[in-house]
Amino acid sequence: MTTEADVIAILARQSGVCADRIGPATEVAALGLDSLGLVETVFALEERFGVSIPFNANTDPGDRDFDLRTVAGIVAGLEALKARPAAA
Amino acid sequence: MRRVVITGAGTVNPLGQTVSETLDALAVGRVAIGPLDLADARLSTRIGAAVRGFDPSDRLSARQMAVADRFSQFALIAAAEAVAAAGPGALPPGAGVILGSAGGGLASSEAAYRAVFAEGAARVHPFTLPRLMANAATSLVSMAHGLRGPSFTLSTACAASNHAIGLAFQMVRSGAAPAMLAGGSEAMLTFGGLKVWEGLRVLSDTGCRPFSADRDGLVMGEGAGVFVLEERDRALARGAPILAEVAGFGMSADAGDIVAPDPEGAAAAIRAALADAGLAPGAVGYINAHGTGTLLNDRSESAAIRAVFGEDAAAIPVSSTKGLHGHLIGAAGAVELLAVILALGQGVIAPSGAGHVRDPDCGLDIVAGRARQASVRAALSNAFAFGGLNAVLALRAA
Repeated sequence: MTTEADVIAILARQSGVCADRIGPATEVAALGLDSLGLVETVFALEERFGVSIPFNANTDPGDRDFDLRTVAGIVAGLEALKARPAAA
Repeated sequence: MRRVVITGAGTVNPLGQTVSETLDALAVGRVAIGPLDLADARLSTRIGAAVRGFDPSDRLSARQMAVADRFSQFALIAAAEAVAAAGPGALPPGAGVILGSAGGGLASSEAAYRAVFAEGAARVHPFTLPRLMANAATSLVSMAHGLRGPSFTLSTACAASNHAIGLAFQMVRSGAAPAMLAGGSEAMLTFGGLKVWEGLRVLSDTGCRPFSADRDGLVMGEGAGVFVLEERDRALARGAPILAEVAGFGMSADAGDIVAPDPEGAAAAIRAALADAGLAPGAVGYINAHGTGTLLNDRSESAAIRAVFGEDAAAIPVSSTKGLHGHLIGAAGAVELLAVILALGQGVIAPSGAGHVRDPDCGLDIVAGRARQASVRAALSNAFAFGGLNAVLALRAA
Protein backbone atom coordinates (compact mmCIF):
# COMPACT_ATOMS: atom_id res chain seq x y z
CA MET A 1 0.00 0.00 0.00
CA THR A 2 1.12 3.55 -0.58
CA THR A 3 1.51 6.03 2.29
CA GLU A 4 -1.57 7.82 1.05
CA ALA A 5 -3.66 4.67 1.01
CA ASP A 6 -2.52 3.80 4.53
CA VAL A 7 -3.35 7.28 5.79
CA ILE A 8 -6.79 7.11 4.20
CA ALA A 9 -7.40 3.68 5.70
CA ILE A 10 -6.51 4.96 9.19
CA LEU A 11 -8.67 8.07 8.81
CA ALA A 12 -11.56 5.96 7.54
CA ARG A 13 -11.31 3.59 10.49
CA GLN A 14 -11.14 6.45 13.02
CA SER A 15 -13.92 8.54 11.51
CA GLY A 16 -16.30 5.94 10.19
CA VAL A 17 -16.27 7.72 6.81
CA CYS A 18 -15.98 5.32 3.86
CA ALA A 19 -12.38 5.21 2.50
CA ASP A 20 -13.47 5.80 -1.11
CA ARG A 21 -14.92 9.14 -0.04
CA ILE A 22 -11.52 10.30 1.30
CA GLY A 23 -8.89 11.73 -1.08
CA PRO A 24 -5.71 13.81 -0.94
CA ALA A 25 -7.63 17.08 -0.66
CA THR A 26 -10.00 15.87 2.04
CA GLU A 27 -9.93 18.10 5.11
CA VAL A 28 -9.50 16.17 8.34
CA ALA A 29 -11.81 18.61 10.14
CA ALA A 30 -14.59 17.58 7.75
CA LEU A 31 -14.39 13.95 8.87
CA GLY A 32 -16.01 14.73 12.21
CA LEU A 33 -13.20 13.51 14.46
CA ASP A 34 -13.39 14.88 18.00
CA SER A 35 -10.25 15.83 19.98
CA LEU A 36 -9.79 12.31 21.30
CA GLY A 37 -10.32 10.88 17.80
CA LEU A 38 -7.57 13.12 16.44
CA VAL A 39 -5.16 12.07 19.20
CA GLU A 40 -5.91 8.41 18.47
CA THR A 41 -5.42 9.01 14.74
CA VAL A 42 -1.96 10.49 15.38
CA PHE A 43 -1.12 7.47 17.54
CA ALA A 44 -2.28 5.08 14.78
CA LEU A 45 -0.15 6.91 12.21
CA GLU A 46 2.90 6.75 14.50
CA GLU A 47 2.41 3.04 15.09
CA ARG A 48 1.89 2.30 11.40
CA PHE A 49 4.88 4.29 10.13
CA GLY A 50 7.25 3.98 13.09
CA VAL A 51 7.71 7.71 13.50
CA SER A 52 7.10 10.31 16.22
CA ILE A 53 4.75 13.01 15.01
CA PRO A 54 5.16 16.41 16.65
CA PHE A 55 1.63 17.10 17.81
CA ASN A 56 0.21 19.04 20.73
CA ALA A 57 -3.57 19.06 21.10
CA ASN A 58 -3.42 22.58 22.53
CA THR A 59 -2.20 24.35 19.41
CA ASP A 60 -4.39 25.35 16.51
CA PRO A 61 -4.15 23.10 13.42
CA GLY A 62 -2.55 25.84 11.32
CA ASP A 63 0.22 26.45 13.90
CA ARG A 64 1.40 22.90 14.13
CA ASP A 65 4.80 21.60 13.09
CA PHE A 66 3.07 18.72 11.36
CA ASP A 67 0.24 19.62 8.99
CA LEU A 68 -2.76 17.55 10.02
CA ARG A 69 -5.31 19.58 8.11
CA THR A 70 -5.52 17.49 4.94
CA VAL A 71 -4.67 13.99 3.76
CA ALA A 72 -2.02 15.42 1.44
CA GLY A 73 -0.50 17.37 4.34
CA ILE A 74 -0.31 14.25 6.49
CA VAL A 75 1.28 12.25 3.65
CA ALA A 76 3.89 14.97 3.01
CA GLY A 77 4.64 15.19 6.74
CA LEU A 78 5.07 11.44 7.05
CA GLU A 79 7.36 11.29 3.99
CA ALA A 80 9.52 14.03 5.54
CA LEU A 81 9.69 12.21 8.88
CA LYS A 82 10.53 8.88 7.22
CA ALA A 83 13.39 10.55 5.30
CA ARG A 84 15.00 11.55 8.62
CA PRO A 85 17.17 9.24 10.74
CA ALA A 86 14.98 7.03 12.93
CA ALA A 87 13.72 8.71 16.07
CA ALA A 88 12.49 6.99 19.21
CA MET B 1 -26.97 25.11 60.58
CA ARG B 2 -23.39 24.65 61.80
CA ARG B 3 -20.72 26.80 60.20
CA VAL B 4 -17.43 25.22 59.19
CA VAL B 5 -14.01 26.84 59.35
CA ILE B 6 -10.46 25.93 58.42
CA THR B 7 -8.21 26.04 61.47
CA GLY B 8 -5.08 24.37 60.17
CA ALA B 9 -3.25 23.87 56.89
CA GLY B 10 -0.27 21.84 55.79
CA THR B 11 1.43 21.22 52.48
CA VAL B 12 4.31 19.81 50.52
CA ASN B 13 4.35 21.12 46.96
CA PRO B 14 6.77 22.41 44.31
CA LEU B 15 6.58 25.96 45.74
CA GLY B 16 7.44 24.99 49.30
CA GLN B 17 7.43 22.33 51.98
CA THR B 18 5.43 24.37 54.51
CA VAL B 19 2.39 26.64 54.26
CA SER B 20 4.42 29.79 54.98
CA GLU B 21 6.98 28.97 52.26
CA THR B 22 4.12 28.32 49.85
CA LEU B 23 2.22 31.52 50.66
CA ASP B 24 5.44 33.53 50.23
CA ALA B 25 6.07 31.91 46.83
CA LEU B 26 2.46 32.48 45.71
CA ALA B 27 2.62 36.12 46.75
CA VAL B 28 5.69 36.80 44.63
CA GLY B 29 4.54 34.56 41.77
CA ARG B 30 7.54 32.27 41.87
CA VAL B 31 7.48 29.64 39.11
CA ALA B 32 8.52 26.19 40.32
CA ILE B 33 8.38 24.53 36.89
CA GLY B 34 11.73 23.38 35.56
CA PRO B 35 13.70 20.54 33.98
CA LEU B 36 12.85 17.08 35.31
CA ASP B 37 15.57 14.84 36.70
CA LEU B 38 13.82 11.80 35.26
CA ALA B 39 15.90 11.04 32.20
CA ASP B 40 14.69 8.44 29.72
CA ALA B 41 15.08 8.57 25.98
CA ARG B 42 11.51 7.33 25.59
CA LEU B 43 10.09 10.33 27.47
CA SER B 44 9.54 13.43 25.40
CA THR B 45 8.43 15.34 28.52
CA ARG B 46 11.35 17.34 29.83
CA ILE B 47 9.71 19.74 32.29
CA GLY B 48 7.61 19.40 35.40
CA ALA B 49 7.04 20.82 38.85
CA ALA B 50 8.79 18.43 41.23
CA VAL B 51 9.09 18.71 45.00
CA ARG B 52 12.85 19.20 45.11
CA GLY B 53 14.98 18.16 48.07
CA PHE B 54 12.15 16.23 49.73
CA ASP B 55 13.64 14.22 52.61
CA PRO B 56 11.02 13.25 55.19
CA SER B 57 13.31 10.84 57.06
CA ASP B 58 13.69 13.26 59.98
CA ARG B 59 9.92 13.67 60.31
CA LEU B 60 8.63 10.16 59.64
CA SER B 61 9.39 7.01 61.60
CA ALA B 62 11.38 4.18 60.06
CA ARG B 63 8.15 2.16 59.93
CA GLN B 64 6.28 4.96 58.13
CA MET B 65 9.16 5.38 55.68
CA ALA B 66 9.08 1.66 54.92
CA VAL B 67 5.37 1.41 54.14
CA ALA B 68 4.66 4.86 52.67
CA ASP B 69 4.92 5.57 48.95
CA ARG B 70 5.97 9.11 48.04
CA PHE B 71 2.30 10.19 47.76
CA SER B 72 1.64 8.95 51.30
CA GLN B 73 4.79 10.63 52.61
CA PHE B 74 3.57 13.94 51.18
CA ALA B 75 0.20 13.43 52.91
CA LEU B 76 1.76 12.51 56.27
CA ILE B 77 4.00 15.59 56.30
CA ALA B 78 1.19 17.92 55.20
CA ALA B 79 -1.25 16.45 57.75
CA ALA B 80 1.25 16.84 60.59
CA GLU B 81 1.71 20.52 59.76
CA ALA B 82 -2.06 21.09 59.57
CA VAL B 83 -2.75 19.35 62.90
CA ALA B 84 0.05 21.25 64.65
CA ALA B 85 -1.19 24.57 63.26
CA ALA B 86 -4.77 23.90 64.38
CA GLY B 87 -3.60 23.47 67.97
CA PRO B 88 -4.55 21.07 70.76
CA GLY B 89 -8.04 19.63 70.71
CA ALA B 90 -8.70 20.31 67.03
CA LEU B 91 -9.53 16.69 66.26
CA PRO B 92 -11.72 15.21 69.00
CA PRO B 93 -13.06 11.65 69.07
CA GLY B 94 -15.23 11.12 66.01
CA ALA B 95 -12.96 13.11 63.70
CA GLY B 96 -11.86 11.41 60.49
CA VAL B 97 -9.90 12.03 57.33
CA ILE B 98 -10.83 12.20 53.64
CA LEU B 99 -8.06 12.51 51.08
CA GLY B 100 -8.14 12.57 47.31
CA SER B 101 -5.65 10.95 44.96
CA ALA B 102 -5.84 10.05 41.30
CA GLY B 103 -2.90 7.66 41.02
CA GLY B 104 -2.20 6.33 44.49
CA GLY B 105 1.24 4.77 44.93
CA LEU B 106 2.31 4.90 41.29
CA ALA B 107 6.05 4.68 41.96
CA SER B 108 5.47 1.54 44.02
CA SER B 109 3.26 -0.03 41.33
CA GLU B 110 5.80 0.73 38.64
CA ALA B 111 8.73 -0.62 40.64
CA ALA B 112 6.89 -3.89 41.19
CA TYR B 113 5.77 -4.24 37.55
CA ARG B 114 9.31 -3.47 36.38
CA ALA B 115 10.70 -6.16 38.69
CA VAL B 116 8.33 -8.96 37.65
CA PHE B 117 7.68 -8.14 33.98
CA ALA B 118 10.88 -6.47 32.76
CA GLU B 119 13.48 -7.98 35.04
CA GLY B 120 11.95 -11.41 35.54
CA ALA B 121 11.90 -11.21 39.33
CA ALA B 122 10.14 -14.08 41.09
CA ARG B 123 8.72 -11.94 43.89
CA VAL B 124 7.95 -8.36 44.83
CA HIS B 125 8.62 -6.54 48.07
CA PRO B 126 6.08 -7.60 50.72
CA PHE B 127 4.99 -3.99 51.30
CA THR B 128 4.12 -3.41 47.64
CA LEU B 129 0.37 -3.68 48.21
CA PRO B 130 0.13 -1.42 51.28
CA ARG B 131 2.37 1.10 49.50
CA LEU B 132 0.41 1.26 46.25
CA MET B 133 -3.18 1.13 47.48
CA ALA B 134 -4.99 4.40 46.86
CA ASN B 135 -6.27 4.56 50.44
CA ALA B 136 -2.77 4.21 51.93
CA ALA B 137 -2.31 7.93 52.53
CA THR B 138 -5.68 8.22 54.29
CA SER B 139 -4.99 5.17 56.44
CA LEU B 140 -1.48 6.29 57.43
CA VAL B 141 -2.75 9.77 58.33
CA SER B 142 -5.58 8.31 60.44
CA MET B 143 -3.03 6.12 62.23
CA ALA B 144 -0.62 9.00 62.81
CA HIS B 145 -3.26 11.16 64.46
CA GLY B 146 -5.53 8.54 66.05
CA LEU B 147 -8.50 9.51 63.86
CA ARG B 148 -11.21 6.88 64.29
CA GLY B 149 -14.10 8.70 62.63
CA PRO B 150 -15.33 8.46 59.02
CA SER B 151 -12.27 8.06 56.81
CA PHE B 152 -11.81 7.18 53.16
CA THR B 153 -10.02 8.03 49.95
CA LEU B 154 -11.81 9.31 46.90
CA SER B 155 -10.51 9.35 43.40
CA THR B 156 -11.97 11.84 40.97
CA ALA B 157 -8.82 12.73 39.05
CA CYS B 158 -8.17 16.47 39.04
CA ALA B 159 -11.20 17.22 41.24
CA ALA B 160 -10.33 14.72 43.99
CA SER B 161 -9.09 17.27 46.54
CA ASN B 162 -12.10 19.51 46.12
CA HIS B 163 -14.45 16.56 46.43
CA ALA B 164 -12.59 15.48 49.59
CA ILE B 165 -12.69 18.95 51.18
CA GLY B 166 -16.30 19.44 50.10
CA LEU B 167 -17.45 16.14 51.60
CA ALA B 168 -15.56 16.83 54.84
CA PHE B 169 -17.27 20.23 54.94
CA GLN B 170 -20.68 18.61 54.52
CA MET B 171 -19.94 16.08 57.27
CA VAL B 172 -18.92 18.74 59.78
CA ARG B 173 -21.85 20.96 58.81
CA SER B 174 -24.33 18.09 59.19
CA GLY B 175 -22.89 16.96 62.51
CA ALA B 176 -21.70 13.62 61.15
CA ALA B 177 -18.24 14.48 62.48
CA PRO B 178 -17.05 17.21 64.87
CA ALA B 179 -13.97 17.93 62.76
CA MET B 180 -12.22 16.42 59.75
CA LEU B 181 -8.85 16.37 58.06
CA ALA B 182 -9.25 16.76 54.30
CA GLY B 183 -7.20 17.38 51.20
CA GLY B 184 -5.28 15.37 48.67
CA SER B 185 -1.90 14.03 47.64
CA GLU B 186 -0.31 12.96 44.37
CA ALA B 187 3.09 11.72 43.21
CA MET B 188 2.64 11.11 39.49
CA LEU B 189 6.00 12.35 38.23
CA THR B 190 7.02 8.81 37.42
CA PHE B 191 7.90 7.28 34.06
CA GLY B 192 4.45 5.74 33.66
CA GLY B 193 2.64 8.72 35.15
CA LEU B 194 4.27 11.07 32.66
CA LYS B 195 3.90 8.61 29.79
CA VAL B 196 0.12 8.38 30.03
CA TRP B 197 -0.24 12.17 29.99
CA GLU B 198 2.20 12.38 27.10
CA GLY B 199 -0.04 9.95 25.24
CA LEU B 200 -2.95 12.36 25.45
CA ARG B 201 -0.83 15.08 23.81
CA VAL B 202 -1.80 17.74 26.32
CA LEU B 203 1.55 18.40 28.03
CA SER B 204 3.48 21.59 27.37
CA ASP B 205 7.18 21.65 26.58
CA THR B 206 7.46 25.33 27.38
CA GLY B 207 5.59 26.01 30.65
CA CYS B 208 2.04 26.38 31.91
CA ARG B 209 0.30 29.66 30.98
CA PRO B 210 -3.36 29.37 32.00
CA PHE B 211 -5.80 31.49 29.95
CA SER B 212 -2.92 33.07 28.00
CA ALA B 213 -3.34 33.16 24.23
CA ASP B 214 0.09 31.52 23.85
CA ARG B 215 -0.66 28.58 26.19
CA ASP B 216 0.23 25.16 24.88
CA GLY B 217 -0.73 22.71 27.57
CA LEU B 218 -0.38 21.61 31.14
CA VAL B 219 2.69 20.83 33.20
CA MET B 220 2.53 18.06 35.78
CA GLY B 221 3.36 18.65 39.41
CA GLU B 222 3.25 16.67 42.66
CA GLY B 223 2.61 17.24 46.32
CA ALA B 224 -0.10 17.38 48.97
CA GLY B 225 -2.34 19.79 50.83
CA VAL B 226 -4.26 18.90 54.01
CA PHE B 227 -6.63 21.04 56.08
CA VAL B 228 -8.35 20.85 59.46
CA LEU B 229 -12.06 21.59 59.10
CA GLU B 230 -14.06 22.08 62.26
CA GLU B 231 -17.27 23.58 63.53
CA ARG B 232 -16.91 27.34 63.89
CA ASP B 233 -18.34 27.63 67.44
CA ARG B 234 -16.00 24.93 68.65
CA ALA B 235 -13.01 26.59 66.97
CA LEU B 236 -13.91 29.95 68.53
CA ALA B 237 -14.38 28.38 71.97
CA ARG B 238 -10.91 26.90 71.96
CA GLY B 239 -9.32 30.06 70.56
CA ALA B 240 -8.15 28.38 67.37
CA PRO B 241 -6.72 30.37 64.46
CA ILE B 242 -9.33 30.65 61.69
CA LEU B 243 -7.88 30.77 58.19
CA ALA B 244 -11.17 30.94 56.30
CA GLU B 245 -14.76 29.71 56.39
CA VAL B 246 -15.89 26.98 54.04
CA ALA B 247 -19.23 28.43 53.03
CA GLY B 248 -20.51 26.12 50.33
CA PHE B 249 -19.82 23.24 48.00
CA GLY B 250 -21.20 22.41 44.56
CA MET B 251 -20.82 19.26 42.49
CA SER B 252 -21.96 18.17 39.06
CA ALA B 253 -21.20 15.70 36.28
CA ASP B 254 -21.00 16.63 32.59
CA ALA B 255 -22.31 13.22 31.46
CA GLY B 256 -20.65 14.13 28.18
CA ASP B 257 -17.12 13.24 27.11
CA ILE B 258 -14.38 11.27 28.89
CA VAL B 259 -11.85 14.09 28.40
CA ALA B 260 -13.45 17.14 26.77
CA PRO B 261 -15.08 19.44 29.35
CA ASP B 262 -18.60 20.84 29.04
CA PRO B 263 -19.13 24.47 30.11
CA GLU B 264 -22.67 23.59 31.20
CA GLY B 265 -21.42 21.04 33.72
CA ALA B 266 -18.84 23.42 35.12
CA ALA B 267 -21.38 26.24 35.35
CA ALA B 268 -23.81 23.95 37.19
CA ALA B 269 -21.18 23.19 39.85
CA ILE B 270 -20.33 26.90 40.26
CA ARG B 271 -24.02 27.79 40.62
CA ALA B 272 -24.51 24.99 43.13
CA ALA B 273 -21.58 26.21 45.24
CA LEU B 274 -22.92 29.79 45.25
CA ALA B 275 -26.40 28.63 46.20
CA ASP B 276 -25.10 26.32 48.93
CA ALA B 277 -23.08 29.20 50.40
CA GLY B 278 -25.93 31.69 50.07
CA LEU B 279 -23.58 33.92 48.10
CA ALA B 280 -24.77 36.36 45.48
CA PRO B 281 -22.57 36.20 42.36
CA GLY B 282 -21.64 39.84 42.91
CA ALA B 283 -20.10 39.00 46.29
CA VAL B 284 -17.34 36.86 44.75
CA GLY B 285 -14.05 38.76 44.83
CA TYR B 286 -11.73 36.09 43.46
CA ILE B 287 -11.99 32.87 41.48
CA ASN B 288 -9.17 30.37 41.73
CA ALA B 289 -9.72 28.71 38.39
CA HIS B 290 -9.04 25.12 37.43
CA GLY B 291 -7.04 26.73 34.58
CA THR B 292 -4.89 23.86 33.36
CA GLY B 293 -3.41 25.75 30.43
CA THR B 294 -5.00 23.43 27.87
CA LEU B 295 -7.01 24.82 24.99
CA LEU B 296 -10.10 22.83 25.95
CA ASN B 297 -10.17 23.55 29.69
CA ASP B 298 -9.45 27.24 29.55
CA ARG B 299 -12.04 28.01 26.89
CA SER B 300 -14.68 25.83 28.55
CA GLU B 301 -14.00 27.22 32.03
CA SER B 302 -14.09 30.80 30.74
CA ALA B 303 -17.42 30.11 29.11
CA ALA B 304 -18.74 28.62 32.34
CA ILE B 305 -17.67 31.65 34.39
CA ARG B 306 -19.22 34.00 31.85
CA ALA B 307 -22.43 31.95 31.87
CA VAL B 308 -22.76 32.19 35.66
CA PHE B 309 -21.62 35.78 36.21
CA GLY B 310 -22.81 37.36 32.98
CA GLU B 311 -21.51 40.86 32.31
CA ASP B 312 -19.93 40.96 35.79
CA ALA B 313 -17.56 38.11 34.85
CA ALA B 314 -14.98 40.47 33.39
CA ALA B 315 -14.80 42.36 36.72
CA ILE B 316 -13.87 39.36 38.88
CA PRO B 317 -10.14 38.69 39.32
CA VAL B 318 -9.33 35.14 38.18
CA SER B 319 -6.07 33.25 38.44
CA SER B 320 -4.89 29.69 38.12
CA THR B 321 -1.75 29.11 40.15
CA LYS B 322 -1.01 25.99 38.09
CA GLY B 323 1.26 28.32 36.12
CA LEU B 324 3.45 28.43 39.24
CA HIS B 325 3.23 24.95 40.79
CA GLY B 326 2.02 22.86 37.88
CA HIS B 327 -0.97 20.55 37.89
CA LEU B 328 -1.01 18.50 41.08
CA ILE B 329 -3.85 16.31 39.74
CA GLY B 330 -5.47 14.72 42.80
CA ALA B 331 -3.78 17.29 45.07
CA ALA B 332 -4.56 20.29 42.87
CA GLY B 333 -7.59 21.69 44.71
CA ALA B 334 -5.91 21.30 48.10
CA VAL B 335 -2.77 23.24 47.20
CA GLU B 336 -4.81 25.81 45.29
CA LEU B 337 -6.95 26.36 48.39
CA LEU B 338 -3.83 27.96 49.87
CA ALA B 339 -4.04 30.63 47.16
CA VAL B 340 -7.67 31.24 48.19
CA ILE B 341 -6.63 31.51 51.85
CA LEU B 342 -3.92 33.99 50.82
CA ALA B 343 -6.50 36.12 49.00
CA LEU B 344 -9.07 36.00 51.83
CA GLY B 345 -6.59 36.38 54.67
CA GLN B 346 -4.01 38.77 53.30
CA GLY B 347 -5.73 40.44 50.36
CA VAL B 348 -3.16 39.08 47.93
CA ILE B 349 -4.28 37.40 44.70
CA ALA B 350 -1.54 35.10 43.45
CA PRO B 351 -0.76 35.34 39.74
CA SER B 352 -1.39 32.64 37.12
CA GLY B 353 2.19 32.61 35.96
CA ALA B 354 5.02 34.74 34.74
CA GLY B 355 3.68 36.04 31.45
CA HIS B 356 0.27 36.52 29.94
CA VAL B 357 -1.09 37.30 26.51
CA ARG B 358 -4.75 38.26 26.58
CA ASP B 359 -6.97 35.67 24.90
CA PRO B 360 -10.17 37.22 23.53
CA ASP B 361 -11.74 33.74 23.59
CA CYS B 362 -11.51 33.76 27.39
CA GLY B 363 -12.56 37.32 28.17
CA LEU B 364 -11.75 37.27 31.89
CA ASP B 365 -9.74 39.51 34.24
CA ILE B 366 -6.73 37.21 34.56
CA VAL B 367 -4.24 38.06 37.30
CA ALA B 368 -0.82 37.19 35.88
CA GLY B 369 2.78 38.28 36.05
CA ARG B 370 2.60 39.65 39.57
CA ALA B 371 0.23 39.36 42.50
CA ARG B 372 -2.59 41.84 42.91
CA GLN B 373 -3.74 43.51 46.13
CA ALA B 374 -7.50 43.31 46.62
CA SER B 375 -9.95 43.10 49.47
CA VAL B 376 -11.56 39.70 48.98
CA ARG B 377 -14.44 38.71 51.24
CA ALA B 378 -15.59 35.63 49.31
CA ALA B 379 -13.95 33.39 46.73
CA LEU B 380 -14.49 30.27 44.65
CA SER B 381 -12.08 27.44 43.90
CA ASN B 382 -12.85 25.40 40.80
CA ALA B 383 -11.83 21.84 39.98
CA PHE B 384 -13.01 20.03 36.85
CA ALA B 385 -11.84 16.45 36.34
CA PHE B 386 -11.31 14.34 33.26
CA GLY B 387 -14.45 12.32 33.00
CA GLY B 388 -16.53 15.45 33.53
CA LEU B 389 -16.72 15.41 37.33
CA ASN B 390 -16.86 18.94 38.74
CA ALA B 391 -16.34 20.22 42.29
CA VAL B 392 -16.41 23.87 43.35
CA LEU B 393 -15.72 25.22 46.85
CA ALA B 394 -17.05 28.57 48.06
CA LEU B 395 -15.15 30.29 50.86
CA ARG B 396 -15.55 33.39 53.00
CA ALA B 397 -12.98 35.41 54.89
CA ALA B 398 -12.72 34.46 58.56
